[in-house]
Amino acid sequence: MTVEANVRNFTINFGPVHPSAHGVLRLILELDGEVVERVDPHIGLLHRGTEKLIESKTYLQAVPYFDRLDYVAPMNQEHAFALAVEKLLGLEVPRRGQLIRVLYSEIGRLLAHLMNVTTQAMDVGALTPPLWGFEQREKLMVFYERASGARMHAAYFRPGGVHQDLPQALIDDIGVFCETFPKALADIDSLLTENRIFKQRNVDIGVVKLEDAWNLGFSGVMVRGSGAAWDLRKSQPYECYAEMDFDVPIGKNGDCFDRYLIRMEEMRQSTRIMKQCVDKLNAADGKGPVSSLDGKVVPPKRGEMKQSMEALIHHFKLYTEGYKVPAGEVYAAVEAPKGEFGVYLVSDGTNKPYRCKIRAPGFAHLSAMDFLCRGHMLADVSAILGSLDIVFGEVDR
Amino acid sequence: MDFILAALDYLLGIPPLGWGMHVGLIYKALLLLVSLLVFTAFILLADRKIWAAVQLRRGPNVVGPFGLLQSFADLIKFALKEPVIPGGADKILFLLAPLLTATLALTGWVVVPVGPGMAIADINLGILYLLAISSLGVYGVIIGGWASNSKYPFLGSLRAAAQMVSYEVSIGLVIITVLLCVGSLNLNDIIVAQQEMGLAHMIGLPQLTFLNWFWLPLFPMFVIFYISALAETNRPPFDLAEGESELVAGFMTEYSATPYMLFMLGEYISILLMCAMTTVLFLGGWTSPIDLPPFTWIPGVVWFFIKVSLVFFMFAMAKAIVPRYRYDQLMRIGWKLFLPLSLLMVIIVAFVLQLTGWGWHGGMA
Repeated sequence: MTVEANVRNFTINFGPVHPSAHGVLRLILELDGEVVERVDPHIGLLHRGTEKLIESKTYLQAVPYFDRLDYVAPMNQEHAFALAVEKLLGLEVPRRGQLIRVLYSEIGRLLAHLMNVTTQAMDVGALTPPLWGFEQREKLMVFYERASGARMHAAYFRPGGVHQDLPQALIDDIGVFCETFPKALADIDSLLTENRIFKQRNVDIGVVKLEDAWNLGFSGVMVRGSGAAWDLRKSQPYECYAEMDFDVPIGKNGDCFDRYLIRMEEMRQSTRIMKQCVDKLNAADGKGPVSSLDGKVVPPKRGEMKQSMEALIHHFKLYTEGYKVPAGEVYAAVEAPKGEFGVYLVSDGTNKPYRCKIRAPGFAHLSAMDFLCRGHMLADVSAILGSLDIVFGEVDR
Repeated sequence: MDFILAALDYLLGIPPLGWGMHVGLIYKALLLLVSLLVFTAFILLADRKIWAAVQLRRGPNVVGPFGLLQSFADLIKFALKEPVIPGGADKILFLLAPLLTATLALTGWVVVPVGPGMAIADINLGILYLLAISSLGVYGVIIGGWASNSKYPFLGSLRAAAQMVSYEVSIGLVIITVLLCVGSLNLNDIIVAQQEMGLAHMIGLPQLTFLNWFWLPLFPMFVIFYISALAETNRPPFDLAEGESELVAGFMTEYSATPYMLFMLGEYISILLMCAMTTVLFLGGWTSPIDLPPFTWIPGVVWFFIKVSLVFFMFAMAKAIVPRYRYDQLMRIGWKLFLPLSLLMVIIVAFVLQLTGWGWHGGMA
């Protein structure tokens, strides 16, 4: 007679308070020894009902909610929303406004990639890169602050353009930063890229084939890592990305190490774009208004309000009732640092969105945790999680 | 030194020359214990400061000038906190584990010759004793992880057990190569042997003692020993037992207050013990690097202290720079790389010694 042994896998809770859960993620891991048999991500601990809240706010009031999605690169989210509203309104953003948007989108990309690359290193045990990276992030956040008054939750990209013009000194300082940043990046690179242990921990870990990547709804670095040259800035250029000169790095193996390399290269490319933006902003055709001159959408300058009755009325109307957006549906997406960040906006012709669906790239990436981690070891879970670039603000919304 | 001992006699109420040998042992041990604990306090601070410097931070700088008193503030904080014992834990074992770790780490120091003839117990099996004591250290970790009755500590202690046992093997073989060269298990003999023979004598410049030391002829073993020592003491890149990014704090997850402090203390003292072993086995212990006046004026204890600090600096830098190995990679390095390599070196060294007749022929053996 055989005795049936009742073997149960070892189940552990990875989070919601865990040093490498990247926020409030709770993973339920089924372990066979050190090998991961099943990963069950439990999300929603940071759910704030953003989409529902937006339905009861005017279009302008909705902007700050987007800062709080992926709070690592706030302006990139605002960008998608602004694009969606502008599409519905049929509004054209002046050139200088576009340049500033591109400049700050790339600053956002640096913010996000610096955070991710260095914390990915931290997830495999290297505790020094985050502090080196954060020094650079600090400078970038100061740029945020000098443009918008806030280090993170900027509310700077608004439907119609950007809130205010940049002071010339700030543009100059960003230009200087673009010269010094590659060196700082090279330092981090020298600490990680050729590091034997870092490679052993990342190469061939969390491999995604391109086909799987498409099926799982990946975007951004996650598909580029698997070999697709898919970048919304190139494939369907918005703003003035079409005139920018930059490369889209792609990977070969789709593993954590490729994703790391791509993020490093994207930071160099972003610096390139920023340099071009600074030059174009300084050029003659880069001067001018930073937001649309349509007084029915974009509030007037304060000085104007003191002189013009019409401006005063516009200001009053815009900050109380807001503006009405023609009925219709629109989808606008930007290449956010984490992937395709999209906003699906339904307007019923009133001053508030009827529905605002947010497509957060991190959500699709996190859903693939089980697919990616199965059969790997416990320590790889945090390495893979690090390479997915998850921020819970946008996953849980 | 005498006046310190006399003062200690007075404080302890012991009549001078009263109990003879035993009293001597007591204050020697007390002196070692106190100086070791103070040294550990500052080494802890140094570790944090070095780490901070690499990370472009300032490190502790509030308590006392340059944060010099930080460790003592931490001590007071830990001692005054309430130790939390989880409901499901085995109380006795839970509290025994940190005690065991700290005590064993301290016990190892008994045989370490910190200066010429300054070991408390100058036993002829010194190195074997050290090996035995440092192997026992794993019990504290296993018991601690198991008694916590919690999942992360459990995984951490399993890892720790496997890891410390694997690297014990290569450390043992490294020690054997040194023993082959010296022909004695006594730590004092190992140091003396490094002064009396070696490359400096061969090239006719016996003053350059540092060329004599075993780090040069046994360089591969020196490297293996350093790496194994990192693994043995759970330091990065081998800090899997407390791997923060996977296991939160490993076997220490459930610990708090004084028991936690004892774990940390035990860990740092055994790190220092490993540094001391490296110093004794490969860096000539308390001998001065150059056997000429300005260097020989400095007492042996100071040389020992300097060398231990230097080795510790290497430990601290490793922590600041490297990522962490994965569990299977760690085991692979231990068993598939270090074990064959050190075994091979034992054979090579034995052959070389046999064929050339090199080696030390003095001492007790």
